[in-house]
Amino acid sequence: MMDRWTFGLTMLVVGMGGTLLTLMLLSVIMALLKKVFPYNPDEEKKG
Amino acid sequence: MIDAIISGANGLIAGFANLHWSNPVMMAIGCLLLYLGIKKGFEPLLLVPIGFGCIIVNIPLAGLMEKEGFLRTIYDAGVITELFPLFIFVGIGAMTDFAPVLENPYTFLLGAAGQFGIFLTLLFALALGFKYNEAVTIGIIGACDGPTVIYVASQYAQNLLGPCSVAAYSYMSLVPVLQPPIMRALTTKKERETIMKTHQKTVSKTTKLLFPIVITIVGGLIAPKGLPLLATIMLGNLMKESGAVERLTRASQNEIANIVTLLLGISIGATMDGKVFVQPTTIIILILGFIAICLDTACGVLFGKVLYYITGGKVNPLIGAAGISAFPMSARVVQKEGQKYNKKSYLLMHAMGANAGGQVGSVMAAAVMLSVLKGMGVI
Repeated sequence: MMDRWTFGLTMLVVGMGGTLLTLMLLSVIMALLKKVFPYNPDEEKKG
Repeated sequence: MIDAIISGANGLIAGFANLHWSNPVMMAIGCLLLYLGIKKGFEPLLLVPIGFGCIIVNIPLAGLMEKEGFLRTIYDAGVITELFPLFIFVGIGAMTDFAPVLENPYTFLLGAAGQFGIFLTLLFALALGFKYNEAVTIGIIGACDGPTVIYVASQYAQNLLGPCSVAAYSYMSLVPVLQPPIMRALTTKKERETIMKTHQKTVSKTTKLLFPIVITIVGGLIAPKGLPLLATIMLGNLMKESGAVERLTRASQNEIANIVTLLLGISIGATMDGKVFVQPTTIIILILGFIAICLDTACGVLFGKVLYYITGGKVNPLIGAAGISAFPMSARVVQKEGQKYNKKSYLLMHAMGANAGGQVGSVMAAAVMLSVLKGMGVI
């Protein structure tokens, strides 16, 4: 069983790092999706 | 005959005779929650059922939380099974417009920075001697996201469900009071006056439709332990954006969300039995929850400052404070605060982006945390 500090610091580094990286990845994917499917006012009106 | 009358009368005073000193204390707290909900308008949808649940569970001999008691039945059916927070998430997803975060995908990062407090508070909780699973649950209060707290607590620290949920919902409702001083302390007047460019509508329907699907698949693959949280909020959003299931969307936004909120609120109140609740641990949890939310705000603002310098002063650091899950309250606080310093500054849409990012960020943080715990063999 790991000690408390190893656990806490692992959670901080991997947990926060993982959250940051995941959201970074998602923001990149969403930016790409915006490029692939750009906003077109005419199409949006057609629904 | 006299004996029978005395016995009968004893039955009427048994409730008073069995009153533990902590019960009236909790009834007073229940009344305070009702006051905050009804008179002050702080999260009334939750504080009213929680407050009332808190009062009735502290009336002795009613057996509401004993086996087959009505509160126990609701609690076991929806909280222990984790269904209530998940149903709430379907409703939240159906009510949330993620377009502002899609307008500026970088605001996802503000949503990530706003979760730093979770992990720092976890360290504090560990230092104070809480077990691993308890420390994780306390840290999650910093997500400023009631259903996430309830989901994690019901799975990993049921003994802390009451105090953690109360802390999460109370602090969520206090965001307009808690955030402005931190925002002012960490920014200069010049930074607060920054005007951000207003955006035209630039997100296509296809992108909005793909957003919940992509988030579910990518987020689920990275953090499968948190998939129920992620999937339910995204299902609600997919229904909303598709426009194909109007009835289900409306039901999720209204009937389902309302019924589950009532049952969830009263179930949380039911965990506030004085004998269990009135103890030093509860006070410590409330303090740690407070620290968590303050740290989240501080980290969000500091990250906003980083963006301010990177972009050469184009990003107002105040929007970083909205990178938490209290949606849309936090964004409104940012707008109000920005306007105080520059009447021409309209930060609402940018703050909404950070706030929507915070909504996804808090769920993602919890999901990542659970998956890391699973990876470490703790759960």
